Amino acid sequence: MLTVENLEVSYGDVRAVDGVSLEVAEGAIVAIVGANGAGKTTLIRTIAGMLRPARGRITLRGADITGLPSHRVCNLGVGQVAEGRQVFPSLTVLENLEMGAMLPRARNDQARNLDRVFMLFPKLAERAGQAAGTLSGGEQQMLAIGRCLMGKPDLVMFDEPSLGLAPTIVQAMLQTIRDLNREGLTCVLVEQNVAVSLKLASRAYVLENGRVTLSGTGEELLADDRVRQAYLGM
Amino acid sequence: MPAEIYLNVAISGLLTGLVYGLMALGLSVIFGVVRVVNFAHGEMMTVAMYVAVVLFAQLGLDPLLMMLPIAALLFAVGYAMQMALINPFIARPEHSQFMLMVAVAIILVNGLLIVFGPDAQTVQTSYAFDSFAVGPVIVDATKLYAGLAAILVAAALFAFFQFAPLGKAIRACADNYTGALVVGLDVKRLYALSFGLGAACVGAAGAIIVLIVDVTPPLGPAYTLLAFIIVITGGLGSMPGALLGGILIGLTEAMAGLFFTPSAKSMFAFAILVLVLLFRPQGIMGKRLT
Ligand SMILES: Nc1ncnc2c1ncn2[C@@H]1O[C@H](COP(=O)(O)OP(=O)(O)O)[C@@H](O)[C@H]1O
Ligand SMILES: [Mg+2]
Repeated sequence: MLTVENLEVSYGDVRAVDGVSLEVAEGAIVAIVGANGAGKTTLIRTIAGMLRPARGRITLRGADITGLPSHRVCNLGVGQVAEGRQVFPSLTVLENLEMGAMLPRARNDQARNLDRVFMLFPKLAERAGQAAGTLSGGEQQMLAIGRCLMGKPDLVMFDEPSLGLAPTIVQAMLQTIRDLNREGLTCVLVEQNVAVSLKLASRAYVLENGRVTLSGTGEELLADDRVRQAYLGM
Repeated sequence: MPAEIYLNVAISGLLTGLVYGLMALGLSVIFGVVRVVNFAHGEMMTVAMYVAVVLFAQLGLDPLLMMLPIAALLFAVGYAMQMALINPFIARPEHSQFMLMVAVAIILVNGLLIVFGPDAQTVQTSYAFDSFAVGPVIVDATKLYAGLAAILVAAALFAFFQFAPLGKAIRACADNYTGALVVGLDVKRLYALSFGLGAACVGAAGAIIVLIVDVTPPLGPAYTLLAFIIVITGGLGSMPGALLGGILIGLTEAMAGLFFTPSAKSMFAFAILVLVLLFRPQGIMGKRLT
């Protein structure tokens, strides 16, 4: 569904992504694992059209989307649950969700998608009129996911969705991602919690200093000594 | 002096202040969303004033009726300016944005000088000398219409930001730029829309204020300064603050004219600014700076 070939992205002189290639099959959960600063967020933001690559190609269902602005990429069905949640703090929960549905592809289904999001996260319905900035971290993460789903994405890139959340909430969050995937959503998952994300993933990539150093099925990487040492502390 | 005079002058200052407030509201919208300081704000106001004057002089069209068309014209100008000129400067350092806007301002002032010359132009409506007596208080008809028109436009703008999807999207952009990119809002277009709306405020304010004030090209820089005083007094980034600041400055100017001399009015406007900066640096309705 999504293919990335030899992607290079720099911030000035700093090369953050250095020749990354990867593939995301329709309906898969693909995990991207790597230490802080490895280039995961940069990779996701470049796919999303928020950063321009210096080199390389990004294709979605065979069509070249390299360098398209983010609003066009989103409208092709590529959603993002961004690092740091990135909700609109002074807008209400409902307004935040409406912003997810501003895409032409989703505008006409807003009411139905809102019902679906409220079914998924009843907490958001309770808090609909409240400013998003007043929500707890877990609730803001629900809002970030709900807002993304309002855009009717076919593929969602989750960038550290469990960062800073209590363990029970993390479990619920990962369960939600698994459920969404079962319903047909293709997922790219960047997670601190490497063991869990590899268990969920059908395919995984290890990113180090902007390069893919290892890839395989989730199970293969879980069994790999280098991964076990570096990321699982075994 | 009889007490009614104070009240008459206060009301007159308040009504003029509402128009000032509408002008400043435009500056506040542009800065609050696009984070670009429009140093050509007052110059754009004078452009709108000249358009109103010409339409009145040539075609006999009342400025109040022309308020919306002129606002629409300035909207288009603002939208185009943001798209063509300012968007490429968004990521550049502030001093280079400053130079760009100052250049635009200078071009506008001199363009107006070339076309209209330095002499003051004025609009004489049929109701220019009408007034309403409310008990002992006498209210100028033109000023009343001007104030009401300013309130109407400001209310429409507030409603747009509160209820229209595009208005909410503009607020979202101002609230979290990265978040706006993440959900796929077309930020460049929303910036252009915001600059257009800020310019439309100026367009409406310009059309209204020709009822009260004669226009000359040098009025542009003076209005830019006035808009800054108002926005800083009211609180940078606060829309109600801009209106309130406008009323306060309008009142101050009117009172200064009554107690001292009309030429002293700027001095008092600046005195208010200095007081606000000393005792409430974030402005009357601004959020505390952290
Ligand atoms: N806005 C930025 N400006 C300059 N360097 C950046 C910026 N964002 C990230 N970097 C650098 O790029 C590299 C990759 O960062 P990032 O993509 O955030 O990694 P990760 O998400 O894997 O932690 C790091 O070395 C980081 O310091
Ligand atoms: Mg990151």
